[in-house]
Amino acid sequence: MKNLLDLEKKINSELPTKIKKTEIKHNQLYIEIEKENMIDVTLFIKSDKDTKFRQLIDITAVDYPEETQRFKIVYLFLSHEFNQRIIISFFISENEVVDSLTSIFPSANWMEREVFDMYGVNFKDHPDLRRILTDYGFEGHPLRKDFPLTGHTEVRYSEDKKKVISEPIKLEQNYRNFDYESPWEGTKYIKEHTENNDKKN
Amino acid sequence: MTKKIKNLNLNFGPQHPAAHGVLRLILELDGEVVEKADPHIGLLHRGTEKLIENKTYMQAVPYFDRLDYVAPMNQEHAFALAIEKILNIEVPIRAQFIRVIFCEIGRILSHILNVTTQALDVGALTPSLWGFEERETLMTFYERASGSRLHANYFRAGGVHQDLPAGLENDILKFCETFPKIINDLENLLTDNRIFKQRNVDIGIVSKEDALNYSFTGVMLRGSGVPWDLRKSQPYDCYEQLEFKIPVGKNGDCYDRYLCRIEEMKESVSIIKQCLTKMEKGPIKSYDGKISPPSKKEIKQSMEALIHHFKLFTEGYRVPKDEIYTAVEAPKGEFGVYLISDGTSKPYKCKIRAPGFSHLQSMDYLIKGHMLADVPAVLGSLDIVFGEVDR
Repeated sequence: MKNLLDLEKKINSELPTKIKKTEIKHNQLYIEIEKENMIDVTLFIKSDKDTKFRQLIDITAVDYPEETQRFKIVYLFLSHEFNQRIIISFFISENEVVDSLTSIFPSANWMEREVFDMYGVNFKDHPDLRRILTDYGFEGHPLRKDFPLTGHTEVRYSEDKKKVISEPIKLEQNYRNFDYESPWEGTKYIKEHTENNDKKN
Repeated sequence: MTKKIKNLNLNFGPQHPAAHGVLRLILELDGEVVEKADPHIGLLHRGTEKLIENKTYMQAVPYFDRLDYVAPMNQEHAFALAIEKILNIEVPIRAQFIRVIFCEIGRILSHILNVTTQALDVGALTPSLWGFEERETLMTFYERASGSRLHANYFRAGGVHQDLPAGLENDILKFCETFPKIINDLENLLTDNRIFKQRNVDIGIVSKEDALNYSFTGVMLRGSGVPWDLRKSQPYDCYEQLEFKIPVGKNGDCYDRYLCRIEEMKESVSIIKQCLTKMEKGPIKSYDGKISPPSKKEIKQSMEALIHHFKLFTEGYRVPKDEIYTAVEAPKGEFGVYLISDGTSKPYKCKIRAPGFSHLQSMDYLIKGHMLADVPAVLGSLDIVFGEVDR
């Protein structure tokens, strides 16, 4: 479907029970679903002749540590035929397991490994769920919001042991995070406001 | 008499000149035939996404230079576009042209490096010597516009940092006149070269279907015959006003990908020329929403401007709560930024979609059944840069 509104209608009518919420913004379709329906929805949008989202662009997660359903898992799809992008997301709590998409899109393999590495989200039926970006023997999941920016360990070459060793991080100076947030309300960034205001400061 | 035969495991990299960086590739060999390839990446992982979450929007820009460090400005472009779309800011036309010029220069930079090193991997030394001379010229253009040869930090949300210095436009135009001859020279060395063809034709073939399934973008996808280019299909900035062709391959092998890159360089030269002729004097950044610093002159005269300047470089500008994915056609494929802002001056989440990541992932699929000597050829044609794969 060439038109995003038509696409939204189509998806809502074909999968009425599986879609929680749809929204169009920035010329993209955002869909919220339940975790269990991910495989069905993906199969539908990949194969249906009116959608044809045949390319998985990326998988990622977003961490909201204060929520009970902590992680938002996000899938980005692209349809070449209709030149459209779709963003599917769902929320899970910390120890939930997500179905792997590797049987539908082989490229999901590394993307899921990355999410596993960075956020510690487990994928069911993934052929090879190992860490991917972090070091061998790394502990923790760096992109979680409660993981410190400086990390926990540092590595150096030890002259005694004649090898690279990893030890707890020592900082000469604590990491400083300045709070610059203005106590006043900032600008609202509404375009009309700035256009009326010819005298730019 | 029976002999026991077992497969050999070979460690390719992380310090192999043909690994194009810090790739550790574990190959399972049966004689000289590769049975399985398992790339180990992450040796250059710097945690860019985590760092960006802890920096203001303006401070995050230099991190994008360090991703695909052979075409820095293309990455900045994706980030700038994401912020602009959320803030709903229009970029002045001159800034759009400048950005497109430098993106195309980035494309040439990247393609020269790739084409010549691919030739180097299969045994031809001369192209890289000739190509790198041109890269040097292009990097001086980078330097004159932004102040540094590699890590430009030149694009801003709402435009570019500063206007082009006097004379640069002319020099770029002169380059556009001389560069096609260099491409011809390179082609004379490679395109019909018997050795180069033996090493690349019918090596690493990707079918259309697989190219889609493996999330290939850019030249990897076009080499397999899918006419897809974000500059045409989802035009950003002023690409709509420009005329250019999309070269598409036929067989999806390493040789077709090489041909696509050569043709793309020619198209880039024509795009740069069109931009230079269409460009007029004018503002180079948008002052909407106070995202750009006030001029020095204003700071001297107005208290408000001084406060604005101070707040911009300490707190940074705020971006309203939103969620967006923007992608640009970087030289290596679709480079995307998935940005979640929460109303503060720092991004809540910034996921970087690097094209090389999905290309490298298919290494096992591409190399299975090929000879060991084909590994560098396939790797070369994938156009891998570890800055963006490892992030």
